[in-house]
Amino acid sequence: MNPLPLVAVAGNPNAGKSALFNALTGARQKVGNYPGVTVERHSGRLTLADGRPVEMVDLPGSYSLDPASPDEAVTRDVLLGRQTGERQPDALVIVLDASNLDNHLRFALQLIELGLPTIVSLNMVDLARRDGLELDSKRLSKELGVPVVETVAVRRRGIQELHAALDDMLSAPQCGVHKHVKSDIVNLQRRAREIATAAVVSETPVRRWTHRLDAVLLHPVAGPLILAAIMFVMFQAVFAWSQVPVSWIEDGVAWLSAAASSALPAGLLRSLVVDGAVAGVGAVITFLPQILILFFFILLLEGTGYMVRAAFLMDRIMHGVGLSGRAFIPLLSSFACAVPGIMATRTIDDPKDRLTTILVAPLMTCSARLPVYTLIIAAFIPNTRLTWGVGLQGLVMFGLYVTGIAGALLAAYVLRRGVLKGSGSGFMMELPKYQWPPLKDVAIGILTRAQIFLKRAGTIILGTTVILWALASIPQAGPGQKQSEVSIAGHIASGIETVVRPIGFNHDIALALLPAMAAREVAVSAIATVYSIDSADDEAGAQTLEKRLHGRWTLATALAFLAWFVFAPQCISTIAVTRRETNGWKWPLFMVTYLFALAYLAAGATYWIAVAAGLGGT
Amino acid sequence: MNAPFQPDTVSLDTLKVGTKARVLSIDWDGLDEPEANRLRHFGFDEGVTVEPLHLGPFGRDPIAIRVGRMTVAIRRKHAGAVRVRPL
Repeated sequence: MNPLPLVAVAGNPNAGKSALFNALTGARQKVGNYPGVTVERHSGRLTLADGRPVEMVDLPGSYSLDPASPDEAVTRDVLLGRQTGERQPDALVIVLDASNLDNHLRFALQLIELGLPTIVSLNMVDLARRDGLELDSKRLSKELGVPVVETVAVRRRGIQELHAALDDMLSAPQCGVHKHVKSDIVNLQRRAREIATAAVVSETPVRRWTHRLDAVLLHPVAGPLILAAIMFVMFQAVFAWSQVPVSWIEDGVAWLSAAASSALPAGLLRSLVVDGAVAGVGAVITFLPQILILFFFILLLEGTGYMVRAAFLMDRIMHGVGLSGRAFIPLLSSFACAVPGIMATRTIDDPKDRLTTILVAPLMTCSARLPVYTLIIAAFIPNTRLTWGVGLQGLVMFGLYVTGIAGALLAAYVLRRGVLKGSGSGFMMELPKYQWPPLKDVAIGILTRAQIFLKRAGTIILGTTVILWALASIPQAGPGQKQSEVSIAGHIASGIETVVRPIGFNHDIALALLPAMAAREVAVSAIATVYSIDSADDEAGAQTLEKRLHGRWTLATALAFLAWFVFAPQCISTIAVTRRETNGWKWPLFMVTYLFALAYLAAGATYWIAVAAGLGGT
Repeated sequence: MNAPFQPDTVSLDTLKVGTKARVLSIDWDGLDEPEANRLRHFGFDEGVTVEPLHLGPFGRDPIAIRVGRMTVAIRRKHAGAVRVRPL
């Protein structure tokens, strides 16, 4: 059987390519990866009028066939039939922004020269009209020598016509002339300008919306303030909106755990399912609502065109430590979770810029560290009010966030002057027009993220959790023995303890550090488990975890523990995603080493200073 | 990496916000290849009209510039490679 005809959607960034792809294929999409590179492959299905299915692939936005980034290299290689894991497309849909023809036609001309059957989608004709631009699509079609269809992909307009044109094209007998005439970019640009001028019927200058909005949003004073306000709202929402769905998930996990407990006989199997799989994966799934809310904001900010403005506003500050404005978005995402943050570094063109951003992303205080911070602060920091509206506990929390940010900036600065020395690619970005993204496209984006996250939770995280469970449960403790000391994990913890004792950590903490590798917040439940197992028979079992901690740790130890968590440990998911994004073990190992070293020094310094200040007693 | 000096011309980074200007020359050799490619992709070319629209809030860097029908952001350093004559 012949493979399905493959139709590639290609065009400049900001031409509305993905919206057109969504309009053609609906939600039936697959997100994969091109082998060997960290470029996502979006594909979907479309059915022709005669029932024949067609595979559509959405190529990364590109300005030309001379790539300036890994994304653009994939686009070129697919189009020339050189990309491993992808056949050469049978036909092309070129997406053009109607109000930016001078520029977009250059790439279109280059693509038409490839000689593949081609349709041009003259997209966003509504925005062009809003800007006072009238175009003649018939004239454009004549000049280009290929069919041109007017579309407004975000409003799903012109999609039927495009569908019909695709139908005609794929039904016609194909003449397989695949040539590659390489015209000089300057000539292409000049021809593009001529054609664009010919296709413009009339142009009435109007004061453009985007310009008016930018006057406020990029204002030297108002701009940064608005950005700060948007970030504030975003973080409030990530924590406030997620409370209800998180409690549903927690209830669900509790129900599942209870159901599994009653269905399985007591013993290792029950422990594996309940304490290992359900508890471990459950703890991580709890973060799904926060991650999805964060993605909702990021997709919305990206879709409206604001994200590039945020990068514009922050570029100078990021440049100061050797990064570019583009690093701002991944680092912002890392406050929720480093995994989507590291994935978002794909938009950074320069490899060293990108690697530096990946390496410092885990220093942004992710939401998984919050439960740990909350517990320790509640147990050790008195709830006193310093001044109106400012409490000591809140101040310590704020201080931990600031320490993380300062650590990240410092690490970036050092990395860019050491192992990742280089000039960097600078900052060159197109500022697209503002527009309201269709909520359906945002929903599709969130759904794909949810799938990716759940798939990972189902594989890597489940696997790790089961291994950690096994280490903590085998061998089983005999009467009079403590499980936390007898198990393999207990022995490993004793080994770790000798290393971490100088910085004030005890055996309990050493034991908690191990499962915290799977997911940081597990440190809390691990400490809770150790204390509840070990103190089952004394009356302390009735005390809250905070009170129990208060009795067993000194303030110096608690502060050292907090300092440790600002820098480490890296959860397995972060290490796994770093390995995938950097194509090897070298950089994840480097990241783990340097962060552990930082964590050790920070915790040590905190402990020694605190002890010297007389905080070493219980 | 400034282009050679010519009378009544300025380099793009010193052009005032809101002043339209025509590009006279670009010092392509003073730019890295990817940077030069990107500028070409944005439509920077001799003869096109450019206009600085916004400056970054810190150190007035980067600069948002209208070139043709597009608005692009580039750093001050790269704008310095573009020689223009105010219109």
